Amino acid sequence: MRFMVIVKATPESEKQGSLPDPELMLEMGKYNEELSKAGVLLALDGLHPSSKGARVKFSGKSRTVVDGPFTEAKELIAGFSMLQVKSLEEAIEWVKRAPNCNPGGDSEVEIRQVFEMVDFAPVLTEEQIQHKVERRAKLPNQTADK
Amino acid sequence: MWRIESARVIAGLTRLTRDVGLAEDLAQEALVAALEQWPQSGVPENPGAWLTATAKRRAIDLFRRNAVAQRKHEDLARDLATLERTVPELYSTLDDPIGDDLLRLVFISCHPVLSTESRAALTLRLLGGLTTPEIARAFLTPEPTIAQRIVRAKRTLAEKHIPFEVPGGPELAARLASVLEVIYLIFNEGYSATTGEDLIRPALCEDALRLGRILAELTPREPEVHGLVALMEIQASRTRARISPDGEPILLFAQNRAHWDNLLIRRGLAAIDRARKIGKPRGPYLLQAQLAACHACARTPEETDWPRIVSLYTELATITPSPVIELNRAVAVSMAQGPQAALPLVEALANEPSLAHYHLLPSVQADLLYKLGRQQEARIQFERAASLTQNTRERTLLLARAASCG
Repeated sequence: MRFMVIVKATPESEKQGSLPDPELMLEMGKYNEELSKAGVLLALDGLHPSSKGARVKFSGKSRTVVDGPFTEAKELIAGFSMLQVKSLEEAIEWVKRAPNCNPGGDSEVEIRQVFEMVDFAPVLTEEQIQHKVERRAKLPNQTADK
Repeated sequence: MWRIESARVIAGLTRLTRDVGLAEDLAQEALVAALEQWPQSGVPENPGAWLTATAKRRAIDLFRRNAVAQRKHEDLARDLATLERTVPELYSTLDDPIGDDLLRLVFISCHPVLSTESRAALTLRLLGGLTTPEIARAFLTPEPTIAQRIVRAKRTLAEKHIPFEVPGGPELAARLASVLEVIYLIFNEGYSATTGEDLIRPALCEDALRLGRILAELTPREPEVHGLVALMEIQASRTRARISPDGEPILLFAQNRAHWDNLLIRRGLAAIDRARKIGKPRGPYLLQAQLAACHACARTPEETDWPRIVSLYTELATITPSPVIELNRAVAVSMAQGPQAALPLVEALANEPSLAHYHLLPSVQADLLYKLGRQQEARIQFERAASLTQNTRERTLLLARAASCG
């Protein structure tokens, strides 16, 4: 299953023209390499501060554009990654190993499951699965073992 | 935690004990110890290193006990030698070249002395971190069968003294092919699952992809590894589009391309790029990945680059000659140059024994004849194809086409 790991903004990441601290970048790089080596990292990207972004507000048929920056850093996001793992627990375990994006201070990362095809599919009953196991057991060469 | 650490812990222990089965038992014991101790002591900073160290201590205890028990045996000297070799390792730094051990574990799990099914089960268990019940369920096989397969596989590896190593020189290519075959088998087992199947089965695609991605990081200079990863990424990108809500497969050209997963397609194309930059001659996985990429890059079926597909099939047929590839090449030729050019290629396969019961041969031939206006001959071939297919829905379709020939 897939999870989006959402890194929340901090006052630091929201500063105009701010680039992450080089030491943190290095640690992040090492961490992301670990994720890559384990085959779980599908994609990742970091975001510019909200001052370079905009919001489009929908109200009935009208659209209003509000330019950044936006206040309340905690509600904003600074980056995201996509992980493919076996469970929410595994995603949590990986995220706990990440460096703190706000060294010495507070920061927050949110983990959300991504909808996939299987989420919409009906799941077979236990009898149906057993039936398949039995049917397959009857096929030739399936249990051949050297 | 287990899924993240198990493969690396088992790999490190196998190097120490030279026995995959024992290594896994020790790792499991260390996990049990962790589950007992961590709630009180807190999770250590580096859980993997903790597990490895704990399991290593148990291994050394075991060697000592065995050494005492076997004092009268001639083996004593050898055991002591093992002990002397292993004890210092406990105190050595824990950042051993873990990657090398992991790669050795991949190669030993996929060793050709084991049957393909055993290799797949062992690989999922040792490297994928799956439990025996999970593997059994994924392969629609009774649990005792899988358990037995894994036990026998471990025994075979021990009895035949299969070395825990990365093969070198000319052996590497053959051994790597065996590893890739296992990963692709796991992928296809998941890919053949249909809508509504137990979630564990389709998840095999993700397990295979994960194994492939890990292997690609361990062997970055092997184009076929990137080729296989690319092939799997691109095939997996179609998962959402290839089965209708009522469980019927949807053919490539009828799929809604908007449902293809662009993230996986991009990853597949990037893997092809990595493979090509290595500059070694391309093998069958890379060629198949490039074929898949031809479709993935076409926004509509009409945009498909058929001449390129023909040339890729031609190259593939040269490396791995097969009548099925020839048939696919013929279809590509008909799309690139028209039915007249393709018909002789299909007719040349008529006496191929391996295709004697393959419904797609008469089905393709019928389609070409139909397009050439040779209705009577087309009807005979459509009917023949209908009599060969096992799929009722497909038979109905083929008979309908036969009837339309007049």
